[in-house]
This record gives sequence, C-alpha cells and structure tokens, in this order.
Amino acid sequence: MDLFAPLQWLADLVSYSLLGLAPDSYLGAALNFFIYDSLKIGLLLVAINLLMAVVRYYLPLEKARDILTRPRWQGVNYLVAALLGVVTPFCSCSSIPLFIGFLSAGIPLGITFTFLISSPLVNEASLYLFPALFGFKVTLLYNLIGIVVAILGGLLIQSLGVERFVRTELLTFRSRKDVEGEHGSAPPLRQLLAYFWQDAMTITRQVFPYVLLGVGLGAVIHGFVPASLAERFLSSREWWAVPLATLLGVPFYANSVGVIPVMEALVGKGVPLGTGLAFMTAIVTLSLPEMLILKKVMRWQLLALFIAVTTVGIMLIGYGLNALTTRMP
Amino acid sequence: MLTVKVLGTGCPNCKKLEAAAREALEQSGIQAELIKVTDMVDIMAYDILSTPGLVLNEKVVSSGRIPSPQEIAGWLTEAASAN
Repeated sequence: MDLFAPLQWLADLVSYSLLGLAPDSYLGAALNFFIYDSLKIGLLLVAINLLMAVVRYYLPLEKARDILTRPRWQGVNYLVAALLGVVTPFCSCSSIPLFIGFLSAGIPLGITFTFLISSPLVNEASLYLFPALFGFKVTLLYNLIGIVVAILGGLLIQSLGVERFVRTELLTFRSRKDVEGEHGSAPPLRQLLAYFWQDAMTITRQVFPYVLLGVGLGAVIHGFVPASLAERFLSSREWWAVPLATLLGVPFYANSVGVIPVMEALVGKGVPLGTGLAFMTAIVTLSLPEMLILKKVMRWQLLALFIAVTTVGIMLIGYGLNALTTRMP
Repeated sequence: MLTVKVLGTGCPNCKKLEAAAREALEQSGIQAELIKVTDMVDIMAYDILSTPGLVLNEKVVSSGRIPSPQEIAGWLTEAASAN
C-alpha cells in the first residue's frame, strides 16, 4: 500500500494534465518530482516534528545525563548512550554545553563521545523518514550500523585515554544546580497539546524552506541530469566511491531533512544506496561550524580523532549498505 | 526588579527564545530586566546541557527548548509574586 499515492496523483495531475507537460520531458519529470516530493516530505516533516516536540518535552538532555550517571556496569552505558543519542534531538549548538555537562557529571569521555556520535548520525530523519523513503530494511541497517559505529567509536576513544586533550579548565565539576520550574506544575492537557503543535510548526516553518531547496535541487537532478552522467562519476563500484562521497559531504552543511530529496534523486539516477547515504550523512554530521564550536572545549588532537572516527564510521555505513543492498532481491 | 536572562550563542533558536521572552513580558506586564548572555563560558556557569536557556532571577527555568510566551508569562508571574 503506497501511502503517498494520492500525492503522486496530484503531482501527475498538475504537471501532466493541467500544464500539459510530457512525462518523459525534462521539465515534466522535474516538476512532477518537485510537487510530489515537497508535499510528501512536508507532511512527514510535520508529523515527525510533532513527535519530536513531545520527546523533547519529556526527555530533556538533563534526563539523559541522569540516566547515564546512575550506577551500573559502565559497558552497558555505551549502549544506553548510543540509544539516548538516537532518541534525543540534537542541535549542534548544544554540542558544547552537552560535552561539558556530561563530563562534569562524571560521565566518562568515551560514553560522552558515543552520545555525540550517535546523536547526529541516527536522528529523527533516519528513524522516521527513511522507512517512507527507502524501506524498512535500509532503515534498520542504517540505524543499526550507526549505533554500532557510535558504540565502537566511544570505546575506541575511551581506550586511547585521551582525556588530557580536553580543555579541563572549562569543566566546572560543581554540584548540579537543579533545573527548577521546567515541569513544575504540568500544564493542562489542552495547553500542552497546543504547545506541542506550536513547537512542531515553528521548527517545520524553519526547516521547510531548506526542504524546498533540497527538493528543487533533487528535481533538477531527477529531470535534467542524464543518467549516464551521474552513473559515470558517482555510481562507480570502485572502492573509492564511498570515501569520495563521504569527503564530498564535508564542505557542505545541510539540514538533515533537506538533503534527503537530493539523495533520493541521485539514487534514482543510479548512485548506489550506500554511497548516496554516506554522502548525505557526511553532509549532516561532519559540519565545519560544529567542529569550530567543539574546538573550544577540546584540543585539536581529540577533535581530529572524533572527526576520524565519525568519517570511518560513515564509510563503513556506505560500504555496508552497498554490500548488503546488492544482495537484496 | 526581576532579571530575565536568555542564554544562547546567537543561533536562530536563541533569538526565538528572546522573542518569546519579550512577548511574555509584554503580555504579563511585569517589569523585568532582559539580559542576553552569549559568551559560552558565562552560559556554562548555569549548568545547562543545551541552548537556548532561560534564567529567571538566577534560577534556570528552561533549557534546550523554546517555551511558549504563555509558559514564560506563568513563570514570570510566579517569580514576581514570590518577591
């Protein structure tokens, strides 16, 4: 059952019937893709943001920190940290407060990094948008590999004992002030629901222009870039395709949702799924602004290590998905 | 007088929080001094895990999200009557 069939019908109606464009013309295909994809992602975006508004309200980072500082065998905490990173929304502006806050609370460096790696890598887009766009198998594979990468990365960093590269002068190690009044008296349900809607729509309004931009770019690729061109440069099965795609993603930063339609279009043109996802993930997670921010709390050696681990992880996702999807019927 | 501090490095969310806080002040008619804290070291003094943050009379009332002006107005009223 294709949930989005009505949207496709609408897109066909507008581009082919109303505007009379031919389905196999460049403009027709591009416009059709644009209408369909922007509507589809737009709707999904609202739904996801509503869900994330609720999550953000009930699972603030403070709770994540509390969960990680409860006494238990530290090994389990790597898994917990990775899972928490998945569930909690992440904004790169939170990187520093989060990093410092976790370390100040006594959470080991490795576990903090597991959280830092999994947060942007496995996010609401990869959890809730992927099923609609790439199917459940890909979604499961991507998120599983992402979590494993985060855990292994954290373990690696922990084992290297690189705590000395943290700028400890910035850590306060004071007792936590309570975050009072946040959910002091629970607001009435109707007000709470209105708040969730408002929160979700604020973010949707903020993100949607980028989505349109992404869909526009995707539409151009979809309609105008001949398959042969894309195939020649990006869809190569040479071993260097994945690392190249990963590195290509570094100079760009895009919203995690806006970049999806571009990826969709590329994959539609014959780029292998793993390569495309590596490209997309690199765009979202390896962002220069976030690196510059993190540089304030760690020396370059640790930052370089973090970037290296994340990059290798992304390439693993790329290779893994390429290998596994070619075996699918 | 109440002091309201908006903690944030200048990203769009922080600006939204400032706008919401200003609206809450207008709505509630409470007198308060609104200060923007943008230096990371100063922000960290409040021990929040995620920006933007809202501080009322040196007490952190919210972090990591943008509460609605109504919610902020509620806290303002509480803080004002506690004085």
